[in-house]
Amino acid sequence: MVDTATSTGIAAPAQHGTARIELPLSEPAWARIALTAIALLFLAVFLVLPLVAVFAEAFSEGARVYARAVTEPEALAAIRLTVLTAAICVPLNTAFGLAAAWSIAKFDFRGKNLLLTLLDLPFSVSPVVAGLVFVLLFGLQGVFGGWLTAAGIKIIFAIPGIALATLFVTLPFVARELIPLMQAQGSTEEEAATVLGASGWQTFRRVTLPNIKWGLLYGVLLCNGRAIGEFGAVAVVSGHIIGLTNTMPLHIEILYNDYAFAAAFAVASLLTLMALVTLGIKTALEWRLGDTGAGRSH
Amino acid sequence: MAVAAFDPVAPRWPRRRRVLPGFGLTLGITIGYLGLIVLIPLLVLFVQSAAVGPTKFLAELSNPRTLAAFRISFGIAFLAAAANAVFGLLVAWVIVRYRFPGQRLIDALIDMPFALPTAVAGIALTSLYVSTGWIGQPLAALGISVAFTPLGIFVALLFVGLPFVVRTVEPVLRDLDPELEEAAALLGASRTRILARVVLPPLFPALLTGFTLAFARAIGEYGSVIFIAGNMPGLTEILPLLIVIKLEQFDYAGATVIAALMLIASFMLLLAINLLQGWTRRRQGG
Amino acid sequence: MTYRCVALLFSAFLVAFYTHVPAAAETTLLNVSYDPTRRFYSAVNKAFADHWRAQHDEIVTVYQSHGGSGAQARAVSYGLEADVVTLALASDIDAIASRAELMPKDWQARLPRNSAPYVSTIVFLVRRGNPKGIRDWPDLIRPGVQIVTPNPKTSGGARWNYLAAWGYAMRAGGGDESKAKEFVSALYRNAPVLDTGARGASVTFVRRKIGDVLIAWENEALLAANEVGKGEFEIVVPSLSILAEPPVALVDKVVDRRGTRALAGAYLNFLYTPEGQQLAAEHYLRPSAPEVAARYADRFPMLEMLSIADFGGWPAAHRTHFADSGIFDQIYRPGS
Repeated sequence: MVDTATSTGIAAPAQHGTARIELPLSEPAWARIALTAIALLFLAVFLVLPLVAVFAEAFSEGARVYARAVTEPEALAAIRLTVLTAAICVPLNTAFGLAAAWSIAKFDFRGKNLLLTLLDLPFSVSPVVAGLVFVLLFGLQGVFGGWLTAAGIKIIFAIPGIALATLFVTLPFVARELIPLMQAQGSTEEEAATVLGASGWQTFRRVTLPNIKWGLLYGVLLCNGRAIGEFGAVAVVSGHIIGLTNTMPLHIEILYNDYAFAAAFAVASLLTLMALVTLGIKTALEWRLGDTGAGRSH
Repeated sequence: MAVAAFDPVAPRWPRRRRVLPGFGLTLGITIGYLGLIVLIPLLVLFVQSAAVGPTKFLAELSNPRTLAAFRISFGIAFLAAAANAVFGLLVAWVIVRYRFPGQRLIDALIDMPFALPTAVAGIALTSLYVSTGWIGQPLAALGISVAFTPLGIFVALLFVGLPFVVRTVEPVLRDLDPELEEAAALLGASRTRILARVVLPPLFPALLTGFTLAFARAIGEYGSVIFIAGNMPGLTEILPLLIVIKLEQFDYAGATVIAALMLIASFMLLLAINLLQGWTRRRQGG
Repeated sequence: MTYRCVALLFSAFLVAFYTHVPAAAETTLLNVSYDPTRRFYSAVNKAFADHWRAQHDEIVTVYQSHGGSGAQARAVSYGLEADVVTLALASDIDAIASRAELMPKDWQARLPRNSAPYVSTIVFLVRRGNPKGIRDWPDLIRPGVQIVTPNPKTSGGARWNYLAAWGYAMRAGGGDESKAKEFVSALYRNAPVLDTGARGASVTFVRRKIGDVLIAWENEALLAANEVGKGEFEIVVPSLSILAEPPVALVDKVVDRRGTRALAGAYLNFLYTPEGQQLAAEHYLRPSAPEVAARYADRFPMLEMLSIADFGGWPAAHRTHFADSGIFDQIYRPGS
């Protein structure tokens, strides 16, 4: 049954045989039940139901349609491109995140706050704008367009463009996880190591890395999840070449627009499964960590 | 925002001698990478939109369709973020303060809108709220249509912003000192009074931060909205869609102008968030 | 130790996943097309690849990209490396020719029949039993009738729809432009949603079950009625429609750079051959070859059609109706 985490009351010292006084340290039982019910209902409708809908629609035309949808060549090409994009973006942004967190958390310098704000820019820019800026830069009539065409280099409407757009959108994830964490941990351990003669790399590898490993993993998971699922930015730079420049989210849109609804949801269910796995790993991390880990500010 | 540890060894700026190595290298990488991937492209956007010239800029700004899209995007995002603030607070409260079966599972699921690709969310929500969908059908019987109306956009933005408030409020809630509540109770306050005067005020900065984060996210959201919105100019046409439409009409000038305006608005929101977070940290005693 | 194992396994997986090198060197083409032709070109590409291999003993892969006609034109202008474009209207290809100068301005005269190997028209799609009794254009502006049509600012098919409506209204009103404006205003007032593409509108009508009548490409309507929603829909042919010519063109700058001019030219010519025309008819597009058209006479009913020439050609039509502050912008007051 519903119970409270805090104590329900402190007994006032019994005086002259009077009854124990219950202090209002928690809401009355009816309120607790009602609030919990409302919260659960809200989550059920807005969180759980969409997930269930994905799988229900995916199998609405049978298991064979589902199997075909996720194994046909165009779907496989989309899966390959999605995985490739993540394989490019996640390591790069992780390296960046580590560098950024090191410089921001361990040192003081003028303009640190500005840097932090700039770091958050990709979060608040619409993904469509993210795609647009690269089209403006590298498109045929863009800033570098003529030069690129002359050199025979394709960026927009090809895989490099997709990678760039995804890089933009997923840039802050690892850094934002690590910075508060490393700030909270301070730099005393690293300073001790340096004073004792360790080089920068040794300090980083032996002292810092073990301390931040769970936060790092969490940031990598978030970055990966977003890289796989990015839609708006990639839609603008992709060119939608079936079998070549379609990521999984774009492939879903194409299937959806070709009346292949069950197939669209089938591919969507793959992405949903990946999301659920990500969440599962993250939860397992938190249990291990005992909730003291990433002091994340999102 | 820095944890200002008092360091007796290092002298003050600018004569600071850094103890730890790697400052130059990591700062260089940070600024270089950030500049290359984010700052320079965005700068190009600004330059291009400025090159449009003030008359075209103003013309675009005063175009009724553009204004309508701003109204819709910002307005519905605001409402969705506000709803998320209320329900997010409720959910955080229930998760932290109460015990019920499946609690850890629910807590883990809260992050789902973060992890789920926006396109998947889009088609899932559409299939739910269409007049033949699981939720849409009973609502249609009541005369309420959700899909392809502003209400549909509201639902989609509610979904994507859901985790923000919960996740910013949760840690603050957990850290609340129960002694304060006990003291207030001992002094004779009723439960509602305790909630209003003792519990809520410390939560307010975090609530505000979560609200602003959800708001910022909702303004630029594309993937989950595009399937459920009706895309009718003046009614259900969101700003990102307007940008895409202008692109398709070869109106690069218009597209860059709108993008630049969105960028400015987002940047100001960001600043507000960071200031709020600083305020939160100070109020909590560092 | 575990980290190394994991890294090794992961790399092995990546290698296996990505080394599926094609056996022989492949020649490729990119066909950038508009929304509703995905199934059609899927079939054409297969047939063309067989045809080319038989003739030249070379494997050809034709890649496809589909989207709203205007969007695709924009993409090609901005660098999407299309060897050929097969779009919904000449105006979009004109835009590529004038803005990006990827082909000469007289591209349309280079292939037979205005570079349109197949044509189509605009018809109405209604639900089974035609409950609202839609017979012709005037029924669409009746109060209580909801129509589904895409947005003329972004969709090629939508512009054909609009012009067909305008053409009817001009004739019915005796050439009075203000009456035509009234008619078109009333028409779009009955539209609860404007999708960005023709296919999006079809999906809205067929799958999301919005609206009483869909104004669509004939091939879209036939696809919905005969395959997607078999038995659920009926086609209503209006008294006056428009000859919609979706043209095809070579993208000169690209084919010259890639060295695929001969191949791309052969691909486009293939659309005019009996085999190509047969495929068009099978996919509900009106073949321009008379012999093939005769065989499919019952699929494609006779109806009176205007042509774009009646509107002064695409440049004039675009300027008058679809440009900024054109007639569509004037009459379309959403939310009112």
